[in-house]
Amino acid sequence: MSVLVDKNSKVIVQGFTGKEGSFHAEQMIAYGTNLVGGITPGKGGTQHLGKPVFNTVSDAVAQAGANVSVIFVPPAFAADAIMEAAEAGIALIVCITEGIPTNDMVLVKEYLSTRNSRLIGPNCPGVITPGECKVGIMPGFIHNPGRIGIVSRSGTLTYEAVDQVTKAGLGQSTCIGIGGDPIIGTTTRDAVQLLMADENTDAIIMIGEIGGQMEADASYWIKENATKPVIGFIAGQTAPAGRRMGHAGAIIGGAADTAEAKMAIMKECGIYVVQSPADLGATVLKALKEIGVMA
Amino acid sequence: MNIHEYQGKSILKSFGVAIQEGIVANNVEEAVTAAKDLNAKTGTSYYVIKAQIHAGGRGKGGGVKLAKNLDDVRDISGRILGMQLITPQTGPEGKKVNKVLVAQDVYYPGATPIKEFYMSVLLDRNSGQNAVMYSTEGGMDIEEVAHSTPDKIYKELIDPAVGLQAFQARRIAFNLGLEGDAHKEMVKFTQALYKAYIGCDAAMFEINPVLKTSDTKIIAVDAKVNLDDNALYRHKDYEDMRDVTEEDELEVEAKKHNLNYIRLDGNVGCMVNGAGLAMATMDMIKLAGGEPANFLDVGGTANAQTVEAGFRIILSDKNVKAILVNIFGGIVRCDRVAQGVVDACKVIGEINIPIIVRLQGTNAEEAKTIIDHSGLKVSSAILLSEAAALVKDALK
Repeated sequence: MSVLVDKNSKVIVQGFTGKEGSFHAEQMIAYGTNLVGGITPGKGGTQHLGKPVFNTVSDAVAQAGANVSVIFVPPAFAADAIMEAAEAGIALIVCITEGIPTNDMVLVKEYLSTRNSRLIGPNCPGVITPGECKVGIMPGFIHNPGRIGIVSRSGTLTYEAVDQVTKAGLGQSTCIGIGGDPIIGTTTRDAVQLLMADENTDAIIMIGEIGGQMEADASYWIKENATKPVIGFIAGQTAPAGRRMGHAGAIIGGAADTAEAKMAIMKECGIYVVQSPADLGATVLKALKEIGVMA
Repeated sequence: MNIHEYQGKSILKSFGVAIQEGIVANNVEEAVTAAKDLNAKTGTSYYVIKAQIHAGGRGKGGGVKLAKNLDDVRDISGRILGMQLITPQTGPEGKKVNKVLVAQDVYYPGATPIKEFYMSVLLDRNSGQNAVMYSTEGGMDIEEVAHSTPDKIYKELIDPAVGLQAFQARRIAFNLGLEGDAHKEMVKFTQALYKAYIGCDAAMFEINPVLKTSDTKIIAVDAKVNLDDNALYRHKDYEDMRDVTEEDELEVEAKKHNLNYIRLDGNVGCMVNGAGLAMATMDMIKLAGGEPANFLDVGGTANAQTVEAGFRIILSDKNVKAILVNIFGGIVRCDRVAQGVVDACKVIGEINIPIIVRLQGTNAEEAKTIIDHSGLKVSSAILLSEAAALVKDALK
């Protein structure tokens, strides 16, 4: 067991024949992901990388039984791609694309609110259940099947955490890169909840960054509901104020916007907070020893 | 993308938002001509001379002044143009004023009392919807209002499917205490403002103050407009509004090389792939006893050219005492990055400060070998903790 994706997931790629889509589709196939085809409007009926190409997501669902889609289309067309996948009934939509206009995502979020699809991202590395299914752009070889779940807003910082867990002699159940945009489909709390309910996850690494209230929100949920240890880090302790968010944004964000404030809330909610990202692996080991999972 | 007040107002006006009229001027002669034209167009006999820089609090720094006649216009615009304007948002070095907006005086006496309000439109991250924030306490520092009297700030969330509805605009006008014609004008103003926000793909509007004039008009007296960079492809005409003189020179230079760079005032430069890891690396520098000199995300392509451009930008900051390169190679191969670092060092020549290169991921061992055998004074690391220790040593 794991969450979101496993060896039974039937994955399609939207933007299949483009440069990015092709490269990463090849990597996913090499990793062992059950990739059942891809979408490029106008190229339906052809083959690419030995897999069928479909004109529409609906065709891929009807003909190949697709239930997971990973999106590599350019920012101007990404919102449309997400909505097409949702309309076709894809259960899990992973959007890698970076740079989607915010107002497009406001409409996408509204569109998804009445449908049964889960969106991961956009602007994310994707989701991986090591040894079973890689849906995204993460380097497969740093992962190791295991029992640590990882949730993160960042790409390479997630790889850093994964690598430290692997080097500590452990492995990952599922790693979820939720994305770095202001509007994303699955929040930190959503992802933590999934891993908390997963019987094959012993501990959770939660990596956040400055801006927004997602980590605080997840922390309060953890305080009430945690059944396993959570190890947390917030990037941006030294980030200058006001560079990314304007005046008025800071009002809505409230006092919980800085790394310092978020880390304080996380500590208060019983999370193992690390000050340096270099300490993630060691702190996971410490937490596992404390709960008696490891001697 | 931040734009100037006069540009923001031109966008607002194009969507039917009532504004304080004005004409931008680059020098004193243009300012005087602007005042005459404005008098002919609006009948205003007083003029407000407003420094055009990308920072708030201009009035506090002496960048906004009332001129009562054309001599005043000449005198005041002469003093403001070219000045180094220091406001609470510019930092101690201030910003040079290259343009002034000559605007009509809208605080003229009349039948009803003048009132100032605050209004902004922005994304509410918690709900994923846009929101109108507004307050009866206009013309003041809104963060101060939020802090001391949070009950005086209202928020109206907007359903993306249908947009701002008339009942919502009415609620805003009622909460602002307006009745009669002023109420109707505020409803119109709010609806036009939301239309403009969506129409121009803004990231934020902040109108402070929104003014009720003595003859019951509702107008935007100031306009802080921030456009969504990711949506600029839909608005080619707004791209010309970018004023690079308002941006840090090094940041502009970095952008030319597709590097995401933000200058800070520390002593350890860093070059990293990925924004999250870049922030985490800055934090690690601080824990090692240094202060980050910059944020620099080289993205997915860390080749010899980008590494060289990055090094040159970091080295042009004389406060930098050491450089830490931190690359997690996933798709990008570490040996190629290592070769890029070696080549860049050779092209640049003598670099007299310690360079620490941490390469982890694909081909990390080969990368370390390349660095170690390069003959350069570059220390290499694979683990993040090793890199942190090397930074500590370099600062001793």
